[in-house]
Amino acid sequence: MKEINDLALQTVQEKAKLLRQDIIRMLGQSGSGHTGGSLSAADIVACLYFWEMNVDAANPGWEDRDRFVLSKGHGAPVLYAALAEKGFFPREQLATLRKLGSPLQGHPDMRKLSGVEASTGSLGQGISWAVGMAMAARLDNRNHRIYTLLGDGELEEGLVWEAVMAAGYHHLDQLLAIVDYNGLQIDGRLSDVMSPEPIADKFRAFNWNVLEIDGHDCRQIMEAFNAARQIKGAPTAIVAHTVKGKGCSFMENRVEWHGTAPNQEQMEKARVELGK
Amino acid sequence: MEKQATRDAYGKALAELGELHQDVVVLDADLSKSTKTADFAKAFPERFINAGIAEQNMIGMAAGLAASGKVVFASSFAMFAAGRAFEIVRNSLAYTRLNVKICATHAGITVGEDGGSHQSVEDIALMRSLPNMTVEVPADGSSARLALHALYDRPGPAYLRLGRPSVPTIYPADMDYEIGRAIELRSGKDATLIGCGIMVARCLEAAEQLSRQGIELSVVDMHTIKPLDEEMIIRKARETGAILTAEEHSIIGGLGSAVCETVCAHYPVPVFRMGLNDVFGQSGSPEELMQYYGLTTDKIMENIQLLLKTK
Repeated sequence: MKEINDLALQTVQEKAKLLRQDIIRMLGQSGSGHTGGSLSAADIVACLYFWEMNVDAANPGWEDRDRFVLSKGHGAPVLYAALAEKGFFPREQLATLRKLGSPLQGHPDMRKLSGVEASTGSLGQGISWAVGMAMAARLDNRNHRIYTLLGDGELEEGLVWEAVMAAGYHHLDQLLAIVDYNGLQIDGRLSDVMSPEPIADKFRAFNWNVLEIDGHDCRQIMEAFNAARQIKGAPTAIVAHTVKGKGCSFMENRVEWHGTAPNQEQMEKARVELGK
Repeated sequence: MEKQATRDAYGKALAELGELHQDVVVLDADLSKSTKTADFAKAFPERFINAGIAEQNMIGMAAGLAASGKVVFASSFAMFAAGRAFEIVRNSLAYTRLNVKICATHAGITVGEDGGSHQSVEDIALMRSLPNMTVEVPADGSSARLALHALYDRPGPAYLRLGRPSVPTIYPADMDYEIGRAIELRSGKDATLIGCGIMVARCLEAAEQLSRQGIELSVVDMHTIKPLDEEMIIRKARETGAILTAEEHSIIGGLGSAVCETVCAHYPVPVFRMGLNDVFGQSGSPEELMQYYGLTTDKIMENIQLLLKTK
Protein backbone atom coordinates (compact mmCIF):
# COMPACT_ATOMS: atom_id res chain seq x y z
CA MET A 1 0.00 0.00 0.00
CA LYS A 2 1.50 3.31 -1.07
CA GLU A 3 1.31 6.13 1.45
CA ILE A 4 -0.75 9.13 0.36
CA ASN A 5 1.03 12.00 2.05
CA ASP A 6 0.61 15.73 1.55
CA LEU A 7 3.57 15.95 -0.79
CA ALA A 8 2.23 13.21 -3.07
CA LEU A 9 -1.18 14.82 -3.09
CA GLN A 10 0.21 18.25 -3.80
CA THR A 11 2.35 16.84 -6.63
CA VAL A 12 -0.53 15.18 -8.48
CA GLN A 13 -2.73 18.23 -8.01
CA GLU A 14 -0.07 20.43 -9.54
CA LYS A 15 0.44 17.98 -12.38
CA ALA A 16 -3.30 17.89 -13.04
CA LYS A 17 -3.29 21.68 -13.28
CA LEU A 18 -0.37 21.52 -15.68
CA LEU A 19 -2.14 18.92 -17.81
CA ARG A 20 -5.20 21.17 -18.01
CA GLN A 21 -3.07 24.13 -19.07
CA ASP A 22 -1.38 22.01 -21.72
CA ILE A 23 -4.71 20.66 -22.97
CA ILE A 24 -6.11 24.15 -23.49
CA ARG A 25 -2.95 25.36 -25.22
CA MET A 26 -2.69 22.30 -27.48
CA LEU A 27 -6.31 22.39 -28.51
CA GLY A 28 -6.23 26.12 -29.04
CA GLN A 29 -3.22 25.70 -31.31
CA SER A 30 -4.67 22.78 -33.22
CA GLY A 31 -8.06 24.42 -33.70
CA SER A 32 -9.90 21.13 -33.29
CA GLY A 33 -10.14 18.25 -30.85
CA HIS A 34 -11.94 17.04 -27.77
CA THR A 35 -11.62 19.55 -24.96
CA GLY A 36 -14.35 18.55 -22.50
CA GLY A 37 -13.40 14.88 -22.12
CA SER A 38 -9.69 15.67 -21.90
CA LEU A 39 -10.29 18.07 -19.01
CA SER A 40 -12.62 15.67 -17.18
CA ALA A 41 -9.90 13.00 -17.15
CA ALA A 42 -7.01 15.26 -16.10
CA ASP A 43 -7.02 14.39 -12.39
CA ILE A 44 -7.28 10.66 -13.08
CA VAL A 45 -4.47 10.73 -15.64
CA ALA A 46 -2.29 12.87 -13.36
CA CYS A 47 -2.71 10.36 -10.52
CA LEU A 48 -1.89 7.50 -12.89
CA TYR A 49 1.28 8.95 -14.41
CA PHE A 50 2.60 10.93 -11.44
CA TRP A 51 1.80 8.60 -8.59
CA GLU A 52 0.47 5.17 -9.50
CA MET A 53 2.17 3.78 -12.58
CA ASN A 54 5.65 2.42 -12.99
CA VAL A 55 6.87 3.63 -16.39
CA ASP A 56 10.25 4.77 -17.68
CA ALA A 57 10.45 7.29 -20.50
CA ALA A 58 14.09 6.34 -21.09
CA ASN A 59 13.06 2.71 -21.61
CA PRO A 60 9.56 2.76 -23.08
CA GLY A 61 9.74 -0.92 -24.08
CA TRP A 62 10.66 -2.14 -20.58
CA GLU A 63 8.77 -5.41 -20.24
CA ASP A 64 7.73 -4.98 -16.61
CA ARG A 65 6.29 -1.48 -17.05
CA ASP A 66 2.71 -0.76 -16.15
CA ARG A 67 0.52 -0.13 -19.21
CA PHE A 68 -2.05 2.57 -19.72
CA VAL A 69 -4.58 2.19 -22.53
CA LEU A 70 -6.66 5.26 -23.27
CA SER A 71 -9.77 3.44 -24.43
CA LYS A 72 -11.53 6.79 -24.85
CA GLY A 73 -8.94 7.68 -27.48
CA HIS A 74 -10.51 11.06 -28.24
CA GLY A 75 -9.07 12.20 -24.93
CA ALA A 76 -5.64 12.04 -26.58
CA PRO A 77 -4.59 15.57 -25.48
CA VAL A 78 -4.59 14.62 -21.79
CA LEU A 79 -2.47 11.56 -22.56
CA TYR A 80 -0.04 13.56 -24.71
CA ALA A 81 0.32 16.21 -22.01
CA ALA A 82 1.12 13.53 -19.43
CA LEU A 83 3.61 11.72 -21.69
CA ALA A 84 5.41 14.97 -22.53
CA GLU A 85 5.64 15.88 -18.85
CA LYS A 86 6.99 12.39 -18.15
CA GLY A 87 9.67 12.96 -20.77
CA PHE A 88 8.58 10.52 -23.48
CA PHE A 89 8.98 13.29 -26.06
CA PRO A 90 9.86 17.00 -26.04
CA ARG A 91 7.16 19.32 -24.77
CA GLU A 92 7.48 21.46 -27.92
CA GLN A 93 5.88 18.64 -29.87
CA LEU A 94 2.60 19.27 -28.09
CA ALA A 95 2.16 22.24 -30.41
CA THR A 96 1.96 19.89 -33.41
CA LEU A 97 -1.25 18.17 -32.25
CA ARG A 98 -3.38 17.11 -35.22
CA LYS A 99 -1.02 18.73 -37.73
CA LEU A 100 0.09 16.92 -40.89
CA GLY A 101 3.04 14.65 -40.18
CA SER A 102 2.80 15.01 -36.41
CA PRO A 103 3.25 11.97 -34.16
CA LEU A 104 0.45 13.48 -32.08
CA GLN A 105 -2.43 12.15 -34.14
CA GLY A 106 -6.03 13.14 -33.49
CA HIS A 107 -6.35 9.81 -31.72
CA PRO A 108 -3.36 7.99 -30.16
CA ASP A 109 -1.11 6.04 -32.54
CA MET A 110 1.30 3.63 -30.84
CA ARG A 111 3.45 3.45 -33.97
CA LYS A 112 4.01 7.19 -34.09
CA LEU A 113 4.51 8.30 -30.51
CA SER A 114 6.67 6.91 -27.72
CA GLY A 115 4.76 6.00 -24.58
CA VAL A 116 1.47 5.31 -26.35
CA GLU A 117 0.66 1.68 -25.54
CA ALA A 118 -2.29 1.20 -27.86
CA SER A 119 -3.76 2.81 -30.94
CA THR A 120 -7.24 3.73 -29.84
CA GLY A 121 -10.05 6.01 -30.84
CA SER A 122 -12.55 3.55 -32.21
CA LEU A 123 -14.47 3.06 -28.98
CA GLY A 124 -14.49 -0.22 -27.11
CA GLN A 125 -11.25 -1.53 -28.57
CA GLY A 126 -8.94 -0.17 -25.88
CA ILE A 127 -10.42 -2.16 -23.04
CA SER A 128 -10.34 -5.24 -25.24
CA TRP A 129 -6.58 -4.68 -25.77
CA ALA A 130 -6.15 -4.14 -22.04
CA VAL A 131 -7.75 -7.52 -21.36
CA GLY A 132 -5.31 -9.13 -23.81
CA MET A 133 -2.40 -7.32 -22.14
CA ALA A 134 -3.49 -8.56 -18.72
CA MET A 135 -3.68 -12.09 -20.10
CA ALA A 136 -0.18 -11.77 -21.54
CA ALA A 137 1.15 -10.51 -18.20
CA ARG A 138 -0.35 -13.49 -16.43
CA LEU A 139 1.00 -15.92 -19.05
CA ASP A 140 4.48 -14.51 -18.51
CA ASN A 141 4.18 -14.42 -14.71
CA ARG A 142 4.79 -10.69 -14.66
CA ASN A 143 3.34 -8.48 -11.96
CA HIS A 144 2.85 -5.22 -13.80
CA ARG A 145 -0.62 -3.74 -13.97
CA ILE A 146 -2.81 -2.70 -16.88
CA TYR A 147 -4.88 0.47 -16.62
CA THR A 148 -7.54 1.55 -19.05
CA LEU A 149 -9.67 4.68 -19.10
CA LEU A 150 -13.11 4.49 -20.67
CA GLY A 151 -15.60 7.17 -21.51
CA ASP A 152 -19.08 6.79 -20.11
CA GLY A 153 -20.63 7.06 -23.55
CA GLU A 154 -18.14 4.43 -24.67
CA LEU A 155 -19.98 1.97 -22.43
CA GLU A 156 -22.72 1.94 -25.06
CA GLU A 157 -20.41 -0.08 -27.33
CA GLY A 158 -21.15 -3.81 -27.23
CA LEU A 159 -17.45 -4.68 -27.44
CA VAL A 160 -16.89 -3.09 -24.01
CA TRP A 161 -19.10 -5.72 -22.42
CA GLU A 162 -17.51 -8.58 -24.34
CA ALA A 163 -14.21 -7.45 -22.88
CA VAL A 164 -15.67 -6.92 -19.40
CA MET A 165 -17.14 -10.43 -19.49
CA ALA A 166 -13.78 -11.93 -20.46
CA ALA A 167 -11.86 -10.05 -17.76
CA GLY A 168 -14.32 -11.08 -15.05
CA TYR A 169 -14.40 -14.68 -16.18
CA HIS A 170 -10.61 -14.88 -16.25
CA HIS A 171 -10.22 -13.17 -12.84
CA LEU A 172 -7.77 -10.63 -14.27
CA ASP A 173 -6.80 -8.84 -11.08
CA GLN A 174 -3.93 -7.02 -12.80
CA LEU A 175 -6.51 -5.04 -14.77
CA LEU A 176 -8.01 -1.78 -13.60
CA ALA A 177 -10.66 0.01 -15.66
CA ILE A 178 -11.64 3.57 -14.87
CA VAL A 179 -14.85 5.10 -16.21
CA ASP A 180 -14.69 8.85 -16.76
CA TYR A 181 -18.32 9.40 -15.87
CA ASN A 182 -18.95 12.97 -16.95
CA GLY A 183 -22.52 12.26 -18.08
CA LEU A 184 -22.28 13.82 -21.53
CA GLN A 185 -21.82 12.43 -25.02
CA ILE A 186 -21.84 14.10 -28.43
CA ASP A 187 -25.59 14.18 -28.88
CA GLY A 188 -26.40 15.26 -25.33
CA ARG A 189 -26.72 13.85 -21.83
CA LEU A 190 -26.27 10.09 -21.56
CA SER A 191 -29.63 9.99 -19.84
CA ASP A 192 -31.20 11.54 -22.94
CA VAL A 193 -29.28 9.53 -25.56
CA MET A 194 -28.66 5.99 -24.27
CA SER A 195 -27.98 5.53 -20.61
CA PRO A 196 -25.65 2.69 -19.66
CA GLU A 197 -26.92 2.85 -16.04
CA PRO A 198 -26.67 1.09 -13.70
CA ILE A 199 -22.96 1.13 -14.53
CA ALA A 200 -21.55 -0.20 -11.24
CA ASP A 201 -24.10 -3.01 -11.16
CA LYS A 202 -23.19 -4.03 -14.69
CA PHE A 203 -19.52 -4.42 -13.78
CA ARG A 204 -20.47 -6.30 -10.59
CA ALA A 205 -22.69 -8.62 -12.58
CA PHE A 206 -19.62 -9.51 -14.67
CA ASN A 207 -17.71 -10.39 -11.48
CA TRP A 208 -15.71 -7.19 -11.16
CA ASN A 209 -14.83 -5.38 -7.98
CA VAL A 210 -16.30 -1.85 -8.22
CA LEU A 211 -15.40 1.43 -6.53
CA GLU A 212 -17.23 4.72 -6.97
CA ILE A 213 -15.37 7.95 -6.38
CA ASP A 214 -15.23 11.64 -7.15
CA GLY A 215 -12.94 11.67 -10.17
CA HIS A 216 -11.61 15.13 -9.34
CA ASP A 217 -10.62 14.35 -5.75
CA CYS A 218 -7.03 13.18 -6.10
CA ARG A 219 -6.98 11.66 -2.65
CA GLN A 220 -10.00 9.52 -3.52
CA ILE A 221 -8.42 8.51 -6.82
CA MET A 222 -5.19 7.46 -5.11
CA GLU A 223 -7.05 5.61 -2.37
CA ALA A 224 -9.03 3.76 -5.03
CA PHE A 225 -5.79 2.76 -6.80
CA ASN A 226 -4.46 1.48 -3.49
CA ALA A 227 -7.65 -0.43 -2.77
CA ALA A 228 -7.66 -2.00 -6.25
CA ARG A 229 -4.14 -3.37 -5.73
CA GLN A 230 -5.37 -5.30 -2.72
CA ILE A 231 -8.11 -7.09 -4.64
CA LYS A 232 -7.10 -10.56 -5.78
CA GLY A 233 -9.04 -12.77 -8.13
CA ALA A 234 -11.08 -10.06 -9.85
CA PRO A 235 -10.50 -6.99 -12.00
CA THR A 236 -11.49 -3.65 -10.53
CA ALA A 237 -13.59 -0.92 -12.09
CA ILE A 238 -13.49 2.60 -10.72
CA VAL A 239 -16.57 4.60 -11.64
CA ALA A 240 -15.17 8.10 -11.38
CA HIS A 241 -17.80 10.83 -11.28
CA THR A 242 -16.42 13.78 -13.21
CA VAL A 243 -17.43 17.05 -14.78
CA LYS A 244 -16.93 17.47 -18.49
CA GLY A 245 -14.74 20.49 -19.13
CA LYS A 246 -13.60 20.54 -15.48
CA GLY A 247 -11.46 23.57 -14.63
CA CYS A 248 -12.89 26.02 -17.16
CA SER A 249 -16.14 27.39 -15.80
CA PHE A 250 -17.57 28.22 -19.21
CA MET A 251 -16.94 24.68 -20.46
CA GLU A 252 -18.11 22.72 -17.44
CA ASN A 253 -21.06 20.42 -18.05
CA ARG A 254 -21.64 21.85 -21.49
CA VAL A 255 -22.10 19.28 -24.20
CA GLU A 256 -20.92 21.63 -26.96
CA TRP A 257 -17.40 21.33 -25.52
CA HIS A 258 -17.22 17.61 -26.35
CA GLY A 259 -15.53 18.06 -29.69
CA THR A 260 -14.74 21.76 -29.83
CA ALA A 261 -11.42 23.55 -29.39
CA PRO A 262 -11.19 26.97 -27.76
CA ASN A 263 -10.62 30.07 -29.91
CA GLN A 264 -8.10 32.77 -28.93
CA GLU A 265 -10.46 34.60 -26.62
CA GLN A 266 -11.64 31.41 -24.93
CA MET A 267 -8.02 30.29 -24.53
CA GLU A 268 -7.22 33.49 -22.67
CA LYS A 269 -10.25 33.10 -20.46
CA ALA A 270 -9.32 29.49 -19.69
CA ARG A 271 -5.73 30.50 -19.03
CA VAL A 272 -6.83 32.98 -16.41
CA GLU A 273 -8.98 30.37 -14.70
CA LEU A 274 -6.30 27.68 -14.83
CA GLY A 275 -3.69 30.05 -13.46
CA LYS A 276 -1.23 30.31 -16.33
CA MET B 1 -5.83 -38.95 -54.99
CA GLU B 2 -5.07 -38.07 -51.39
CA LYS B 3 -7.41 -35.54 -49.81
CA GLN B 4 -7.27 -33.29 -46.79
CA ALA B 5 -9.19 -30.22 -45.66
CA THR B 6 -7.02 -27.12 -45.32
CA ARG B 7 -8.51 -26.57 -41.84
CA ASP B 8 -7.29 -30.03 -40.78
CA ALA B 9 -3.79 -29.26 -42.02
CA TYR B 10 -3.97 -25.95 -40.18
CA GLY B 11 -4.91 -27.59 -36.89
CA LYS B 12 -1.98 -29.99 -37.07
CA ALA B 13 0.47 -27.30 -38.17
CA LEU B 14 -0.66 -25.02 -35.36
CA ALA B 15 0.18 -27.69 -32.79
CA GLU B 16 3.62 -28.02 -34.49
CA LEU B 17 4.15 -24.26 -34.18
CA GLY B 18 3.17 -24.41 -30.52
CA GLU B 19 5.85 -27.01 -29.95
CA LEU B 20 8.47 -24.97 -31.82
CA HIS B 21 7.71 -21.53 -30.42
CA GLN B 22 6.85 -20.59 -26.86
CA ASP B 23 5.46 -17.19 -27.92
CA VAL B 24 2.58 -18.67 -29.90
CA VAL B 25 -0.84 -18.00 -28.36
CA VAL B 26 -4.05 -19.24 -29.98
CA LEU B 27 -7.50 -17.71 -29.68
CA ASP B 28 -10.81 -19.10 -30.81
CA ALA B 29 -14.44 -18.05 -30.51
CA ASP B 30 -16.26 -21.22 -29.48
CA LEU B 31 -15.51 -23.04 -32.71
CA SER B 32 -12.29 -24.83 -31.82
CA LYS B 33 -13.55 -28.25 -32.86
CA SER B 34 -14.52 -26.91 -36.27
CA THR B 35 -11.57 -24.59 -36.84
CA LYS B 36 -9.29 -27.37 -35.52
CA THR B 37 -7.54 -25.18 -32.98
CA ALA B 38 -8.64 -27.87 -30.52
CA ASP B 39 -5.42 -29.78 -31.29
CA PHE B 40 -3.37 -26.85 -30.04
CA ALA B 41 -5.71 -26.31 -27.08
CA LYS B 42 -5.21 -29.91 -26.00
CA ALA B 43 -1.42 -29.76 -26.30
CA PHE B 44 -0.94 -26.25 -24.83
CA PRO B 45 -3.98 -25.40 -22.72
CA GLU B 46 -2.22 -22.52 -20.96
CA ARG B 47 -1.59 -20.80 -24.29
CA PHE B 48 -5.09 -21.28 -25.65
CA ILE B 49 -7.77 -18.70 -24.89
CA ASN B 50 -11.37 -19.28 -25.78
CA ALA B 51 -13.01 -15.89 -26.31
CA GLY B 52 -16.45 -17.42 -26.35
CA ILE B 53 -18.91 -16.21 -28.97
CA ALA B 54 -17.37 -12.75 -29.05
CA GLU B 55 -15.27 -12.32 -32.17
CA GLN B 56 -14.76 -8.58 -31.77
CA ASN B 57 -13.23 -9.07 -28.35
CA MET B 58 -11.21 -12.01 -29.65
CA ILE B 59 -9.51 -9.66 -32.10
CA GLY B 60 -9.14 -6.90 -29.50
CA MET B 61 -7.56 -9.30 -27.01
CA ALA B 62 -5.32 -10.62 -29.78
CA ALA B 63 -4.06 -7.06 -30.28
CA GLY B 64 -3.30 -6.70 -26.57
CA LEU B 65 -1.46 -10.02 -26.52
CA ALA B 66 0.51 -9.13 -29.65
CA ALA B 67 1.37 -5.70 -28.19
CA SER B 68 2.84 -7.69 -25.29
CA GLY B 69 5.09 -9.74 -27.57
CA LYS B 70 2.95 -12.78 -28.34
CA VAL B 71 2.50 -14.22 -31.82
CA VAL B 72 -1.24 -14.66 -31.93
CA PHE B 73 -3.26 -16.98 -34.14
CA ALA B 74 -6.98 -16.18 -33.91
CA SER B 75 -9.53 -18.46 -35.47
CA SER B 76 -13.21 -18.45 -36.23
CA PHE B 77 -15.32 -18.92 -39.32
CA ALA B 78 -14.43 -16.46 -42.08
CA MET B 79 -17.85 -14.83 -41.79
CA PHE B 80 -17.19 -13.75 -38.23
CA ALA B 81 -13.41 -13.30 -38.18
CA ALA B 82 -13.32 -11.12 -41.30
CA GLY B 83 -16.92 -9.96 -41.39
CA ARG B 84 -18.23 -9.34 -37.92
CA ALA B 85 -14.89 -8.23 -36.51
CA PHE B 86 -13.85 -6.22 -39.57
CA GLU B 87 -13.48 -2.81 -37.99
CA ILE B 88 -11.56 -4.25 -35.05
CA VAL B 89 -9.26 -6.03 -37.51
CA ARG B 90 -8.85 -2.76 -39.37
CA ASN B 91 -8.08 -0.47 -36.44
CA SER B 92 -6.52 -2.85 -33.94
CA LEU B 93 -4.46 -5.05 -36.27
CA ALA B 94 -3.90 -3.55 -39.71
CA TYR B 95 -3.53 0.08 -38.61
CA THR B 96 -1.10 -0.98 -35.88
CA ARG B 97 0.81 -3.67 -37.86
CA LEU B 98 0.48 -6.02 -34.89
CA ASN B 99 1.58 -9.62 -35.16
CA VAL B 100 -1.78 -11.37 -35.31
CA LYS B 101 -2.70 -14.04 -37.83
CA ILE B 102 -6.40 -14.39 -38.46
CA CYS B 103 -6.89 -17.99 -39.47
CA ALA B 104 -10.39 -18.19 -40.81
CA THR B 105 -11.97 -21.50 -41.68
CA HIS B 106 -15.27 -22.35 -43.39
CA ALA B 107 -14.67 -19.70 -46.03
CA GLY B 108 -16.75 -19.64 -49.19
CA ILE B 109 -19.81 -21.63 -50.21
CA THR B 110 -18.38 -25.05 -49.33
CA VAL B 111 -19.54 -24.41 -45.79
CA GLY B 112 -22.51 -26.15 -47.37
CA GLU B 113 -25.71 -26.90 -45.52
CA ASP B 114 -25.45 -24.05 -42.99
CA GLY B 115 -26.41 -21.77 -45.86
CA GLY B 116 -25.81 -18.25 -47.09
CA SER B 117 -25.65 -16.61 -43.67
CA HIS B 118 -22.48 -18.57 -42.95
CA GLN B 119 -20.87 -18.55 -46.38
CA SER B 120 -18.33 -15.76 -46.57
CA VAL B 121 -17.81 -14.75 -50.18
CA GLU B 122 -16.46 -11.27 -49.50
CA ASP B 123 -13.71 -11.88 -46.94
CA ILE B 124 -10.83 -11.72 -49.43
CA ALA B 125 -12.13 -8.37 -50.66
CA LEU B 126 -12.39 -7.03 -47.13
CA MET B 127 -8.97 -8.20 -46.02
CA ARG B 128 -7.24 -7.26 -49.26
CA SER B 129 -8.41 -3.67 -48.89
CA LEU B 130 -6.44 -3.20 -45.67
CA PRO B 131 -2.93 -1.73 -45.74
CA ASN B 132 -0.29 -3.95 -44.05
CA MET B 133 -2.46 -7.08 -44.33
CA THR B 134 -1.07 -10.25 -45.88
CA VAL B 135 -3.75 -12.46 -47.45
CA GLU B 136 -3.11 -16.16 -48.03
CA VAL B 137 -5.48 -18.64 -49.65
CA PRO B 138 -3.82 -22.07 -49.75
CA ALA B 139 -4.97 -24.66 -52.25
CA ASP B 140 -4.37 -27.83 -50.28
CA GLY B 141 -3.29 -29.28 -46.96
CA SER B 142 0.42 -29.25 -47.73
CA SER B 143 0.48 -25.61 -48.69
CA ALA B 144 -1.81 -24.64 -45.80
CA ARG B 145 0.74 -26.09 -43.39
CA LEU B 146 3.63 -24.33 -45.10
CA ALA B 147 1.68 -21.07 -45.26
CA LEU B 148 1.16 -21.18 -41.51
CA HIS B 149 4.86 -21.70 -40.83
CA ALA B 150 5.72 -18.93 -43.28
CA LEU B 151 3.27 -16.59 -41.59
CA TYR B 152 4.91 -17.21 -38.23
CA ASP B 153 8.20 -16.09 -39.78
CA ARG B 154 6.66 -12.95 -41.26
CA PRO B 155 5.86 -10.36 -38.58
CA GLY B 156 2.66 -8.38 -39.03
CA PRO B 157 -1.02 -8.98 -39.50
CA ALA B 158 -2.23 -11.68 -41.87
CA TYR B 159 -5.38 -13.41 -43.02
CA LEU B 160 -5.23 -17.12 -43.76
CA ARG B 161 -8.30 -18.38 -45.60
CA LEU B 162 -9.15 -22.01 -45.00
CA GLY B 163 -11.91 -24.32 -46.12
CA ARG B 164 -14.22 -26.84 -44.57
CA PRO B 165 -14.25 -29.77 -47.04
CA SER B 166 -11.47 -32.14 -48.00
CA VAL B 167 -9.64 -31.09 -51.13
CA PRO B 168 -7.16 -32.97 -53.31
CA THR B 169 -3.55 -32.73 -52.16
CA ILE B 170 -1.59 -31.07 -54.96
CA TYR B 171 1.78 -30.51 -53.36
CA PRO B 172 4.39 -32.63 -51.64
CA ALA B 173 4.93 -31.86 -47.97
CA ASP B 174 8.40 -30.40 -48.56
CA MET B 175 7.69 -28.04 -51.45
CA ASP B 176 9.14 -24.53 -51.71
CA TYR B 177 6.57 -22.10 -50.45
CA GLU B 178 7.07 -18.39 -50.28
CA ILE B 179 4.49 -15.78 -49.34
CA GLY B 180 3.99 -13.44 -52.27
CA ARG B 181 5.40 -15.82 -54.87
CA ALA B 182 2.77 -17.51 -57.02
CA ILE B 183 3.34 -21.07 -58.19
CA GLU B 184 3.21 -21.89 -61.89
CA LEU B 185 1.89 -25.43 -61.91
CA ARG B 186 1.64 -25.81 -65.64
CA SER B 187 2.93 -23.86 -68.57
CA GLY B 188 0.93 -23.46 -71.78
CA LYS B 189 0.70 -20.72 -74.40
CA ASP B 190 -3.02 -20.40 -75.15
CA ALA B 191 -4.32 -18.83 -71.94
CA THR B 192 -3.63 -18.77 -68.22
CA LEU B 193 -5.81 -20.07 -65.43
CA ILE B 194 -5.16 -18.28 -62.17
CA GLY B 195 -6.84 -19.84 -59.19
CA CYS B 196 -6.72 -19.80 -55.43
CA GLY B 197 -7.88 -22.18 -52.74
CA ILE B 198 -10.19 -24.99 -53.74
CA MET B 199 -10.25 -23.82 -57.38
CA VAL B 200 -6.59 -24.57 -58.05
CA ALA B 201 -7.17 -28.33 -58.31
CA ARG B 202 -10.09 -27.68 -60.65
CA CYS B 203 -7.99 -25.40 -62.84
CA LEU B 204 -5.35 -28.12 -63.09
CA GLU B 205 -7.92 -30.71 -64.06
CA ALA B 206 -9.45 -28.43 -66.70
CA ALA B 207 -6.01 -27.73 -68.14
CA GLU B 208 -5.25 -31.45 -68.37
CA GLN B 209 -8.51 -32.21 -70.14
CA LEU B 210 -8.16 -29.31 -72.56
CA SER B 211 -4.63 -30.36 -73.33
CA ARG B 212 -6.08 -33.53 -74.85
CA GLN B 213 -8.05 -31.28 -77.20
CA GLY B 214 -4.92 -29.42 -78.17
CA ILE B 215 -5.48 -26.34 -75.99
CA GLU B 216 -2.42 -25.64 -73.85
CA LEU B 217 -3.07 -23.65 -70.73
CA SER B 218 -0.85 -22.26 -68.02
CA VAL B 219 -2.05 -22.79 -64.46
CA VAL B 220 -1.01 -20.50 -61.62
CA ASP B 221 -1.72 -21.01 -57.94
CA MET B 222 -2.10 -17.45 -56.63
CA HIS B 223 -1.99 -18.47 -53.00
CA THR B 224 -1.00 -14.99 -51.87
CA ILE B 225 -3.62 -12.42 -52.78
CA LYS B 226 -1.66 -9.73 -50.99
CA PRO B 227 1.15 -8.86 -51.56
CA LEU B 228 0.16 -9.91 -55.08
CA ASP B 229 2.72 -11.51 -57.39
CA GLU B 230 2.20 -8.92 -60.11
CA GLU B 231 5.29 -10.02 -61.95
CA MET B 232 3.80 -13.46 -62.53
CA ILE B 233 0.48 -11.99 -63.69
CA ILE B 234 2.13 -9.58 -66.13
CA ARG B 235 4.42 -12.31 -67.47
CA LYS B 236 1.51 -14.70 -68.03
CA ALA B 237 -0.58 -11.92 -69.62
CA ARG B 238 2.28 -11.28 -72.03
CA GLU B 239 2.98 -14.95 -72.75
CA THR B 240 -0.61 -16.16 -73.15
CA GLY B 241 -2.71 -13.07 -73.91
CA ALA B 242 -5.76 -14.16 -71.91
CA ILE B 243 -6.48 -14.96 -68.28
CA LEU B 244 -9.25 -16.78 -66.48
CA THR B 245 -9.45 -16.35 -62.73
CA ALA B 246 -11.25 -18.83 -60.48
CA GLU B 247 -12.10 -18.34 -56.82
CA GLU B 248 -14.65 -19.52 -54.29
CA HIS B 249 -15.51 -15.90 -53.56
CA SER B 250 -17.43 -13.04 -55.09
CA ILE B 251 -16.07 -11.85 -58.42
CA ILE B 252 -16.09 -8.41 -56.80
CA GLY B 253 -12.98 -7.51 -54.86
CA GLY B 254 -11.19 -10.83 -54.70
CA LEU B 255 -8.59 -12.62 -56.81
CA GLY B 256 -10.30 -11.76 -60.09
CA SER B 257 -10.42 -8.10 -59.24
CA ALA B 258 -6.79 -8.11 -58.12
CA VAL B 259 -5.70 -9.70 -61.41
CA CYS B 260 -7.79 -7.23 -63.43
CA GLU B 261 -6.28 -4.28 -61.57
CA THR B 262 -2.82 -5.55 -62.42
CA VAL B 263 -3.35 -6.31 -66.09
CA CYS B 264 -5.30 -3.08 -66.64
CA ALA B 265 -2.41 -1.07 -65.25
CA HIS B 266 0.46 -2.98 -66.84
CA TYR B 267 -0.52 -5.25 -69.73
CA PRO B 268 -4.22 -5.27 -70.69
CA VAL B 269 -5.53 -8.62 -71.88
CA PRO B 270 -9.04 -10.14 -71.68
CA VAL B 271 -9.81 -11.55 -68.24
CA PHE B 272 -12.69 -13.89 -67.46
CA ARG B 273 -13.56 -13.92 -63.77
CA MET B 274 -15.15 -17.02 -62.28
CA GLY B 275 -16.64 -16.83 -58.82
CA LEU B 276 -19.93 -15.89 -57.23
CA ASN B 277 -21.57 -13.38 -59.55
CA ASP B 278 -22.60 -10.83 -56.94
CA VAL B 279 -24.96 -13.21 -55.16
CA PHE B 280 -25.13 -14.86 -51.76
CA GLY B 281 -24.92 -18.61 -51.30
CA GLN B 282 -27.55 -20.98 -49.91
CA SER B 283 -27.94 -24.37 -48.28
CA GLY B 284 -26.85 -27.50 -50.10
CA SER B 285 -24.00 -29.97 -50.08
CA PRO B 286 -20.64 -28.38 -50.89
CA GLU B 287 -20.39 -30.11 -54.26
CA GLU B 288 -23.99 -29.30 -55.19
CA LEU B 289 -23.27 -25.67 -54.44
CA MET B 290 -20.08 -25.67 -56.49
CA GLN B 291 -22.14 -27.07 -59.38
CA TYR B 292 -25.00 -24.61 -58.86
CA TYR B 293 -22.71 -21.59 -58.83
CA GLY B 294 -20.65 -22.88 -61.73
CA LEU B 295 -17.36 -23.43 -59.93
CA THR B 296 -16.53 -26.70 -61.67
CA THR B 297 -13.89 -28.11 -63.99
CA ASP B 298 -16.49 -28.30 -66.79
CA LYS B 299 -17.39 -24.64 -66.38
CA ILE B 300 -13.73 -23.63 -66.49
CA MET B 301 -13.38 -25.53 -69.78
CA GLU B 302 -16.53 -23.93 -71.15
CA ASN B 303 -15.45 -20.43 -70.15
CA ILE B 304 -11.99 -20.91 -71.59
CA GLN B 305 -13.57 -21.55 -74.99
CA LEU B 306 -15.45 -18.24 -74.65
CA LEU B 307 -12.32 -16.47 -73.51
CA LEU B 308 -10.22 -17.79 -76.38
CA LYS B 309 -12.73 -16.32 -78.86
CA THR B 310 -12.03 -12.85 -77.46
CA LYS B 311 -8.29 -13.10 -77.99
